Amino acid sequence: PHPRCFQESGSWFLTTTPLVRSVSVDLNNDASLVIDIPDALCERDKVKFTVHTKTTLSSFQKPEFSVPRQHEEFIWLHDTIVETEEYAGLIIPPAPPKPDFEGPREKMHKLGEGESSMTKEEYAKMKQELEAEYLAVFKKTVQVHEVFLQRLSSHPIFRKDRNFQIFLEYDQDLSVRRKNAKEMFGGFFKNMVKSADEVLISGVKEVDEFFEQEKTFLLDYSSKIKDASAKAEKMTRSHKNVADDYNHISGALNSTAADNNTAFKKHLEKYAEVFEKLRKLEDRVASDQELKLTELLRYYTRDIQAAKDLLYRRARALADNENSNKALDKARLKGKDIAQAEENQKQCLQKFDKLSESGKKELTSFKARRVVAFRKNLIEMTELEIKHAKVRRLKCCVYHYMFTRQCSGSHGKPGNMREF
Amino acid sequence: MAASSERSPPPFPDSEEPELLEDSDEGADAFTGTSISEMDSPSPDSTKPPKDIFNEPLEDIFSDPLSNINSEPQKKVDTKIPSPSSDEAVDLFSDPLDDDSEVVSSPEVQNPMPDLLNEPVQAPKSDVLGEPPVHKNAARQQDIFEDPPKGSSKSSSVKKAASAELFSDEDEEDLFKELPKVVTKKPQPSGPPVDVFTEVKSDVKVKPQVKDDPTDLFAEEALTAPAPKPSASSSSSRTNGVHSEEHDLFSEATVELSLDSPRNDRKKKDAVKPSVSAPVAPVASSSSKAPSKTLEELEEEESEDTFDLNISVTNPEKVGDGMNAYMAYKVSTQTSLTMFRSKTFTVRRRFSDFLGLYEKLSEKHLQNGYIVPPPPEKSILGMTKVKVGKEDPSSAEFVERRRAALERYLQRVVSHPSLLQDPDVREFLEKEELPRAVSTQALSGAGFLKMLNKATDAVSKMTIKMNEQDVWFDEKIQDVENEEQHMRKLHVMVESLVNHRKELSGNTAVFAKSVAMLGSSEDNTALSRALSQLAEVEDRIEQLHQEQAANDFFTFSELLADYIRLLGAVKGCFDQRMKAWQRWQDAENMLQKKREVEAKLLWANKPDKLQQAKDEIAEWEAKVTQYEREFERISATVRKEVIRFDKEKARDFKRQIIKYLESLLNSQQQLIKYWEAFLPEAKAIA
Repeated sequence: PHPRCFQESGSWFLTTTPLVRSVSVDLNNDASLVIDIPDALCERDKVKFTVHTKTTLSSFQKPEFSVPRQHEEFIWLHDTIVETEEYAGLIIPPAPPKPDFEGPREKMHKLGEGESSMTKEEYAKMKQELEAEYLAVFKKTVQVHEVFLQRLSSHPIFRKDRNFQIFLEYDQDLSVRRKNAKEMFGGFFKNMVKSADEVLISGVKEVDEFFEQEKTFLLDYSSKIKDASAKAEKMTRSHKNVADDYNHISGALNSTAADNNTAFKKHLEKYAEVFEKLRKLEDRVASDQELKLTELLRYYTRDIQAAKDLLYRRARALADNENSNKALDKARLKGKDIAQAEENQKQCLQKFDKLSESGKKELTSFKARRVVAFRKNLIEMTELEIKHAKVRRLKCCVYHYMFTRQCSGSHGKPGNMREF
Repeated sequence: MAASSERSPPPFPDSEEPELLEDSDEGADAFTGTSISEMDSPSPDSTKPPKDIFNEPLEDIFSDPLSNINSEPQKKVDTKIPSPSSDEAVDLFSDPLDDDSEVVSSPEVQNPMPDLLNEPVQAPKSDVLGEPPVHKNAARQQDIFEDPPKGSSKSSSVKKAASAELFSDEDEEDLFKELPKVVTKKPQPSGPPVDVFTEVKSDVKVKPQVKDDPTDLFAEEALTAPAPKPSASSSSSRTNGVHSEEHDLFSEATVELSLDSPRNDRKKKDAVKPSVSAPVAPVASSSSKAPSKTLEELEEEESEDTFDLNISVTNPEKVGDGMNAYMAYKVSTQTSLTMFRSKTFTVRRRFSDFLGLYEKLSEKHLQNGYIVPPPPEKSILGMTKVKVGKEDPSSAEFVERRRAALERYLQRVVSHPSLLQDPDVREFLEKEELPRAVSTQALSGAGFLKMLNKATDAVSKMTIKMNEQDVWFDEKIQDVENEEQHMRKLHVMVESLVNHRKELSGNTAVFAKSVAMLGSSEDNTALSRALSQLAEVEDRIEQLHQEQAANDFFTFSELLADYIRLLGAVKGCFDQRMKAWQRWQDAENMLQKKREVEAKLLWANKPDKLQQAKDEIAEWEAKVTQYEREFERISATVRKEVIRFDKEKARDFKRQIIKYLESLLNSQQQLIKYWEAFLPEAKAIA
């Protein structure tokens, strides 16, 4: 399956290979449920993914199938999982962010506006940049959706989730609609309540040192990684700007060459070629940095938020437990509704214990997963950086060789200049 | 995206897409090997390789066996760092080979890739090692880059033929493939004649970027050999030999105005005639003869202007205090020209002295149609900062920028054969105390600019009037106009590059800090360590970006700024020519009037005044002839000047681009070093 990207009647198609992945999730290499997104279609700002599943699990009807899914359906899946009480003790894989085509859209706008005032070369260059950016966003979007599903499929509990299996198997539209304003506000309100609640329950004394440490760590780490992620984003963006500048320089050299009638013309064309090459290479460096580093930091910013959410749910259970203890004490003191309070207290304690237990497991495996992912991505990024630097070194060397050679040829015999 | 995409969906042609994808995917595919096998498929038939072998496949080779990248080349890099490009070449061509064998041995890839690869790998090598006449080299080189299989097969035959000229084929193979010891022995007993020597030398000049050792050997050879050659060229080869660092080689190229090492033909000529000053003479007299010469002759003559004159502007020093302070620069000259009293001398000059020189030169030579190189503009803001500020980095940058600009300015002045003969130039370079240039002191930045622009204004007014008869000028004037516009645009873009690179540098620094913080929060020891190492790497990369920004600026942006000014000077020359034309036309008109007067007098029968009218006609006839001749002369001069300018420009650009590539090469070298050092840290995360 060779990756291809093509455009037809205003829509973009992307076929990917399962190998294009920025964040690794493969903690268990279980082949009983393998999911990938082999291709996607982008229409305006809507992206339709083809979700492909291969499985040996008996809970599915067929061993291999594909269904079309949209971003909203991914969000629906995430939300149903979040709302499932049973999963409160698990780190719920972060939902994929909404496809953001703001960058390429802006460029497209500029392209449309400036078409009349641009030279042919400049227009071609702009188009090239737009293409590259569009493709990059598209690919990133596909990846991050794929990763979400893979996180679920590699988790021993989530993979058995009914909704998840429906999501994978049901070949019709899940008729999930976009959230309306009220629901959006509801979500916003829920978040407000949650953060207020977080403040409230922060007073509850922690009983488990493990969680106390985790809480301190995650709070600190979360702010640090958020910052690093933003800074990496800025860095890669300015790297892209440098690549774009190379592109413009190449275009300007070409238009200078177009108006030149001397032997210098050929030189200028060559120089334009040099800068075109530099652009290509610099662009690759920037996009690989983005893919391996920025995406990693971004993903773990979200994942750490998911871990923090787990801590919140546990802290809530802890507070509930505390309250139920108090209620039981009160009931005993008053000698009223003791049985009910006891029952309540028992349930709360049970829930809290269960949450603590699975939370501990989840957080430990989260740590391992994080270290593995960082290792993998840092190695890959470093290897790519080395590779790109070597290619650039090679290019520079080849051109350097070419130009210095040409130097010796041209001066010996005037007129030779034209031949280089 | 809804609205905008409807309005203008990006009309990308289908044919372009696969390539696009290939490119952007490459990174990710790098580790899989699948793309390689894909790439390979067309290659078994080695007569139909991808168009540009250096383009895609090579990269893939590099991209592929990562283990390779990490293990083997690393060693190479480390041992050879001092001369980046020479090691590059070795690396460049041997790497793919190594990688290649790896690729082939891996099970998924079965296509005979080496065929394709060996060709380019061999070709440049043999090119470098073989010693055919240089123009053949150029032709072959083209083959290598554009049409690999054909080129390589051809090149091997050319190589044989060519090498036979000098040594036997085997000898030559030995010479370079084996140890330096062998090399030193071989040529010596053969007692090389002068020709062989110049040949060898010329090759040495070209080679350094490819191999180091031979450079040394041959340069050394050149020294010990008793062959007669001009002191100038021997001294240059000495520098090559001694520091074998190619930095020298190229800095030589920029500083040395005359030698232009690679001009082989000239070298040969020089080698024959030992007199150093000889080449200068014809140039000096050439201007008067110019009108009768054809274009080819002009070009031919151009390559004659060899002279040996090195000028550097160094040690900017603040003299005095407060608003009366000024910067003084050390102007050092090194020359073997007999027109100067000694071989090396140094004077101190201030900025206004440079401006004064320009004024004197343009007063004298502009009217003759010479392109007088303009000095850098006055900058009140920059200078005030220098005067007021103490250790401000921006004022240091300003001073360095100006120093470099003044140096380039002087180099351009003395590289002009006619301007070099000007006594004011000599005085500027030699005389201890220069009378203060009073008039320039009054020249503010704006006033100075006005002076430069006055000429251009006049041009536009006169173009309308002048009915251009000469097609060459007609086109050239338009070309220069266009080129100036393009250069301005280009300059803006390069400035944007400089700024974005600085921004990148800043953002990298900020990111480095942030990663260091993240590392300190990380509770996994190995990961924490790796993150703080990453922060260090990013810190170093920030430095690299900063240096590269300086390179962007000094080698590229300033070059364009210079040429924008120079194109202004070229336009000034065109203007002078038009003025001459105008004068001639005015004289024509006047003559016409005088003739009418004579006719009237004849008709009115006033013989008393007739003689006076006749005298006047004779006078104006003489003037017309004189002005016409002057116009022709200035036309010829301007033409010659513009041709010379075009050549200088091409050479300057090439030199700077080469320099720019070297700076990039260097920073890539550093990058590789940094990341390779980091790789084990990343792998140690557990």
